[in-house]
Amino acid sequence: MRKGTDVELLQNLGDTVGKPLIDGDSRMSCSKVDVFYNNNNQAIFDISVDLGKNEILAMIGPSGCGKSTLLRCLNRMNDTIEGCKVEGEITLDGIDVYSKNIDPVLLRSNVGMVFQKPNPFPKSIYDNVAYGPRLHGLARNGAELDDLVEESLIKSGLWKETKDRLNKPGTGLSGGQQQRLCIARTIAVKPEVILMDEPTSALDPIATATIEELMYELKSSYTIAVVTHSMQQAARISDRTAYFHLGRLVEVNETNKVFTNPEHELTENYITGRFG
Amino acid sequence: MSDLNLFSVLILSALIVFFLSQKKAKNWQTSAGSERVHSLPVYYGYFGSIWTVIPALFVFAFWSFFSTNVISTMVVGQFVELQALDKSSLSLALNEIYLMSDASIVPSLSDNTIKAQAANLFMQYSQYSAIFKSITVLAIAALGFILTYWRITPTTKARNSVENIVVYALLSCAVIAILTTAGIIFSVLLESIEFFKTIPVSDFLFGTHWSPQIALREDQAGSSGAFGAVPLFWGTIFISLIAIIIAGPLGLISAIYLSEYASKRVRSIVKPVLEILAGVPTVVYGFFAALTIGPLVRDFGYWLREMGVNLDIQILANLTVSTESALAAGLVMGMMIVPFILSLSDDVIAAVPDSMRDGSTAMGATKSETVWKVIIPAALPGIVGGFLLAISRAIGETMIVLMAAGVASNLTANPMNSVTTVTTQIVTLLTGDQEFDSVKTLAAFALGLGLFITTLVLNIIALHVVRRYREQYE
Amino acid sequence: MWLEDIESNMNNTKIVQASLKKRYAKERRFKAYGIFSISLSLLFLSFLLFDITHKAMPAFTQTYLKLDIDFSYKNLKLKEGSRYSEKELFSASYRQLTSKSLYEIFPEVTNRKDKKVLRNFVSSGAQYNLRDLVIENPSLIGTKKSIWVLADDDIDSFAKGLIDRNLPESERRIKDNQLVWIDTLEADNRIEKRLNIGFLTQGDSREPEQAGIWGAIKGSFFTMLITLILSFPIGVAAAVYLEEFAPKNNWFVDLIEVNINNLAAVPSVVFGILGLAVYINLFGLPRSAPLVGGLVLFLMTLPTIIIATRAAIKSVPPSIREAALGVGASKMQMISHHVLPLAMPGILTGSIIGMAQALGESAPLLMIGMVAFVADIPQGFMDPSTVLPVQIFIWSDSPERAFIALTSAAIVVLLIFLFLMNLLAIILRKKFETRW
Ligand SMILES: Nc1ncnc2c1ncn2[C@@H]1O[C@H](COP(=O)(O)OP(=O)(O)OP(=O)(O)O)[C@@H](O)[C@H]1O
Ligand SMILES: [Mg+2]
Repeated sequence: MRKGTDVELLQNLGDTVGKPLIDGDSRMSCSKVDVFYNNNNQAIFDISVDLGKNEILAMIGPSGCGKSTLLRCLNRMNDTIEGCKVEGEITLDGIDVYSKNIDPVLLRSNVGMVFQKPNPFPKSIYDNVAYGPRLHGLARNGAELDDLVEESLIKSGLWKETKDRLNKPGTGLSGGQQQRLCIARTIAVKPEVILMDEPTSALDPIATATIEELMYELKSSYTIAVVTHSMQQAARISDRTAYFHLGRLVEVNETNKVFTNPEHELTENYITGRFG
Repeated sequence: MSDLNLFSVLILSALIVFFLSQKKAKNWQTSAGSERVHSLPVYYGYFGSIWTVIPALFVFAFWSFFSTNVISTMVVGQFVELQALDKSSLSLALNEIYLMSDASIVPSLSDNTIKAQAANLFMQYSQYSAIFKSITVLAIAALGFILTYWRITPTTKARNSVENIVVYALLSCAVIAILTTAGIIFSVLLESIEFFKTIPVSDFLFGTHWSPQIALREDQAGSSGAFGAVPLFWGTIFISLIAIIIAGPLGLISAIYLSEYASKRVRSIVKPVLEILAGVPTVVYGFFAALTIGPLVRDFGYWLREMGVNLDIQILANLTVSTESALAAGLVMGMMIVPFILSLSDDVIAAVPDSMRDGSTAMGATKSETVWKVIIPAALPGIVGGFLLAISRAIGETMIVLMAAGVASNLTANPMNSVTTVTTQIVTLLTGDQEFDSVKTLAAFALGLGLFITTLVLNIIALHVVRRYREQYE
Repeated sequence: MWLEDIESNMNNTKIVQASLKKRYAKERRFKAYGIFSISLSLLFLSFLLFDITHKAMPAFTQTYLKLDIDFSYKNLKLKEGSRYSEKELFSASYRQLTSKSLYEIFPEVTNRKDKKVLRNFVSSGAQYNLRDLVIENPSLIGTKKSIWVLADDDIDSFAKGLIDRNLPESERRIKDNQLVWIDTLEADNRIEKRLNIGFLTQGDSREPEQAGIWGAIKGSFFTMLITLILSFPIGVAAAVYLEEFAPKNNWFVDLIEVNINNLAAVPSVVFGILGLAVYINLFGLPRSAPLVGGLVLFLMTLPTIIIATRAAIKSVPPSIREAALGVGASKMQMISHHVLPLAMPGILTGSIIGMAQALGESAPLLMIGMVAFVADIPQGFMDPSTVLPVQIFIWSDSPERAFIALTSAAIVVLLIFLFLMNLLAIILRKKFETRW
């Protein structure tokens, strides 16, 4: 029952875009963000969206619609890509993160990121977690660092499994454990926002469930944005869900609303599986 | 029949047999109702000519290769006078005999010396040998032809058979690598054993005095102490060390800069330009080191000495300075190795997955922190492997040291002084027309053995380390 | 607010901010090291190239003297009037022609020692040029003619400004009386610099002004030809075997592989030892022959070609192999019809690079006698000869000053050859570059 092409449907996005849809404070906010790759190849068109405090925002949409691109803009990971250009405004606690006097290093210590494929460094488990604190000089001495590592591992639910093998290489852990190690590594720096790009897509269902639980727990202290291809996952863990299509934000709303009563036809097509 | 004619006849018969066999196979195809032909006719062609010519060619090659030696032995067997000669004078005499028996310098029949007689006999035997060779080779070819041509049938698996032979031919090409190594080991080992019969291994390995020239005089041949290789080992290590100290950091940091910092454009220009450095022949570096860098280093040494005198620094004031210096050779060798280390390190660094970089960057690391704390540790085995290969290369480098480091064996830690190396000595001892069996020449082979073993061990370790590293990220 | 909020124990912004200045200083320092390293290498390369081209410049021209040569019967020591056979002309005396002419220009020189110095203004090779001239044109006999003859290398160096006339006489190779004569000749317009064509057309010589690199170039050519016709087919065949037919996990194949990888890193002198011991002493092949040089370089180049070919074969995608096998081709047909043609650009590139390495190689060739002085141009694979890099080595060892320029010029020629080969490799790679 599609009434037109995707492009036509995208023409009348109307006022669904960028509505501040959550009560309380917003932590990060994007307004009118455009992203270009090499040769003015535009990947993101005019996206405005907020990340609230202590919420999980799920980002869904077909492959190539720009979810990763937007996520990587939030902590300026796109700076590392030659020829990538970001326009519009992205703020963290009201401060423009792309302004001249904001240091990307400082920003990234506040906005952490977890990747699709677990990427522990080829170092020991301890050194992996201690990596960030050491970089930034967050611990004044060894004991403090030990505490910090322990705390992060506990928070990421990895302490029990690893406390006896902290000196073993992090690459020797299972996939799910590696991903939790990466989360531990990220929260050891005590960021405010954690960005996760398909954090469970390389994991089996049990490991996925563990990570989902962990995200749910982390919500109390962090703001989390998670890109996922699993609508069930989005429905299970997120407070709000944003649907992207061809570089545009089609709809962002409370999760149960998006999944039970989407406002836009494209969203409906996608979640009912009629897409593509 | 001359070799060339015989060879041409073989090739010609190969062609003829090819067409005959092919024709035979084609006839099967056209004669309807007959059973299915296994392979395309062309394969029957190949099949026929291979079996006709290849065995014959083998015999041809073997015969040609060994006939001179066999005939010489037979000739020598006829003359007691020749049997009495020792090894080296016999080979000299034989050479003369070969020359005389060569048709162009026919010895006058009146020349009745033993050598002339021997040459005549040699000539005679050679003629017989050539005739028998032609007959045997042609007979084998004919036999091969008969056995294959008459016996091929439509069910003969000609293609499989031909392809199998080709596979063996390919295999034998690959085996040349083993033969080369065997040849190297054979050539250095035999002569080295000969050498160590005169000079004890311990004297060679631990002696600190090297002056092979003395041994040239008959009465002093192998006199003790003249073949202590420690100064050469030291010279080699010293120069390699200087080279690596320069090339290591320079190459590694350049590689890091190019792969992590430089824009694509800069990279695409600088890398090929630096690869020019790697393509410059070593003799050019040697010339540059000897003529340009050497004098510069020497002048610098003079300046240092003057400073030493002025400021009353004893070590500097007594500095020995020479135009041929370890420093000049090491410096230039270092620059030669830079692109080598650069490209090896670059490969290794590129093999570190981007997810590592992203992970580190997302933690808030600066670029250099990512490099030092994540990329270098991750790439370390590969980098070490690359350095080992570079060291092996520095140790084996010849022209630069030959032209710029000198031949004086000095056991010195003064980089301004001239030193000599293993490779330099090998070349100096083996160039020129000295007799092959003198201790001096044998010493070169012993040095070659040492050089081969050292580089072999370094290479095997390095290649192993690098391969393990690659597999880790594959 | 994340920038101000220090109370919140969750927030480390202040600490991170405090560390930033130091960390960025480190970052800048590191970047500077990188730029420094690269600039140093580039600088060294430019210095090397500049220095050598600069030193080579003088070798491209040569100084000639205009002398009035009297081809009288007396001077030529020929019988008057008759027709001469070529043999007679060949054995006539040409030695004194130039000397006599010089004495005529400087009648004041009478002292024997001075006369000798004056005589040596002309290259010792000039008499042969005059001989060739007379043989070609016998009607010259009995006439007097102005002819440009090659000057000696010292005069040549002086004319090119390589010898400073302001130095004290004892430190100069050109003495005061020679200076006077040169000035006179110059004033008479009897000195001229011309393009040094002989450098490219002649063989080696002990006299710098007569030395050329044609012999070395031909030697290199013959050597490379042997290397190429052996190493290319054998290398490709070996690589095909190892990539396509070799059983996996077979100790013999592993041994071959270890050998190849190791041989690629064995020092070149070791190959020289092998050549000396096996080719020359065992097989009795002649010393100094391009054949032996080619055989040695063949073994050296083989691993390079095998490795490059294997990489090229590996990069042919499986889909193409499967397509070929799918239509019923045998494995051999798949390889010869599909895999090899597709891998050929890579194979050629690797082979050219291997050949370029071989062309620049000298150490192993020194040991099989290619370092001997060879004045004749080699005509075949068995003739004694040298190769370009070894010629460079030989010249660089010569004491005469003029050889520095010749050496550098030979290096320039060698580098041009290498540059062209590499250019060819790059063009091949670019032209046939396929992305699967
Ligand atoms: N480094 C890059 N350079 C150029 N274009 C890029 C780059 N990364 C992404 N793109 C383009 O930007 C668009 C969005 O890509 P992005 O990776 O953000 O999609 P995605 O929604 O994350 O897809 P997926 O679900 O497959 O991960 C795509 O069209 C992609 O081709
Ligand atoms: Mg993505």
